[in-house]
Amino acid sequence: MVTRGFSSGRKPPTDTDARIPPGQYLEQGFPVLSAGPTPHVRTEDWSFTLKHGPRPIKKWNWAEFNALPLTKMTRDIHCVTAWTKFDTAWQGVLVDDILADAGIEPPTAFTLALGFDGYTTNVPTKDLTAGKAMVALLYEGKPITPDHGGPARLLVPHLYFWKSAKWLNGLQFTERDEPGFWELRGYHIYGDPWREQRYTNDP
Amino acid sequence: MSDGPAAQSPWQTVTITRIQKRTPRVTSFFLQPSRPFAYRAGQHVDVRLTAPDGYQARRSYSIASAPEGGETIELAIEKLEDGEVSPFFHEIAAVGDEVELRGPLGGHFVWSDSDGGPLLLVGGGSGVVPLMAMVRHRAMRKSLVATALVFSARVWDEVIFRDELIDLAERRDGFDLVLTLTREPARRPSDYARRVDTAMMVQAMTRLPAPPKLAFVCGSNAFVTAAAEALIDAGVPAALIRTERYGV
Repeated sequence: MVTRGFSSGRKPPTDTDARIPPGQYLEQGFPVLSAGPTPHVRTEDWSFTLKHGPRPIKKWNWAEFNALPLTKMTRDIHCVTAWTKFDTAWQGVLVDDILADAGIEPPTAFTLALGFDGYTTNVPTKDLTAGKAMVALLYEGKPITPDHGGPARLLVPHLYFWKSAKWLNGLQFTERDEPGFWELRGYHIYGDPWREQRYTNDP
Repeated sequence: MSDGPAAQSPWQTVTITRIQKRTPRVTSFFLQPSRPFAYRAGQHVDVRLTAPDGYQARRSYSIASAPEGGETIELAIEKLEDGEVSPFFHEIAAVGDEVELRGPLGGHFVWSDSDGGPLLLVGGGSGVVPLMAMVRHRAMRKSLVATALVFSARVWDEVIFRDELIDLAERRDGFDLVLTLTREPARRPSDYARRVDTAMMVQAMTRLPAPPKLAFVCGSNAFVTAAAEALIDAGVPAALIRTERYGV
């Protein structure tokens, strides 16, 4: 349905349309979205636990985690609230390298990301491995600020950004695909921006 | 081939039935849905505009009306100078125009009278919109849940829904309104003229009969960060605070 009087001339000019998923617009800033107050997690209190169901596999403190191999990832990110931001530059530990340090292969096909604030979000394990995702520690070369999820956040840039859990303190392998916080509140179970999987019943 | 009904598009066409200027920068658009639209106070919708060449722009807007407030949905839209969608509403949209709408959306920043209280609402600027839906829902339901709304605006004339809020507060049925202006002196004895802070939250809570069961905070990111930290410093557990942020 064409909207009377609305033209694409309002669209900010860009020669990179192919990088913008359907229904998204290009944002220069870095908006902040979260369901509650911003937790201030001190690195001395920080830990990261890899779990299989309720059972811990391995736990790292901040120093131990920072001793893992650091990888750079520069990616476009896509928020379900319709903004896309190009070329965000992160450094962190690939999920592959976390698994290698724990000496395991992924035990199940599904994973829940866990936040210090109680937030959860589900991601198929294959979307976290093979270099696709990391636990980010730095944004543009500096520690990630609390409002953007620091000290450490998940980065799964090929899915809508609510999957990139802030204030991350663990990854839990699950037998089934278990909906997380927003997935239980109307948002899509998988969240592929290129298929515009925003809400529960989107194909 | 399928025997079932064709999958219904999640988008529906809505018609603008009324336009009401609220403040110099905020205008309400009343939308008539083309199919039944049930929602909860605090939820939002996505609005989609389509250009003749097929280009589409979408944005999320909170609903200002109460779920039981009638057939139309009220969106109170602030004009953003560099926006794509809000300038369309402010400069072009007229009564009778149609746009596409999807929703309702969001299952966290919601309140109904059965959730109980006391309820502490903190809004900055157009962040008051989803809180207004809660306040109106409470009034429509004749709920007596103790509720305080702390509403920060720059100046008196930018207090969205000002007369309606003052009228509701004058009913003295358990709804209390605290206005704070950041660029003008306070107008009413109970109001403030500064940014939200811990002391203001402590005082707002003394106007409730018991500590809040839930707090909702909505506004710009900077506002929500400051207000949520003020609430925590005032003793509200972080787990009781729900936030919604917009802008950069």
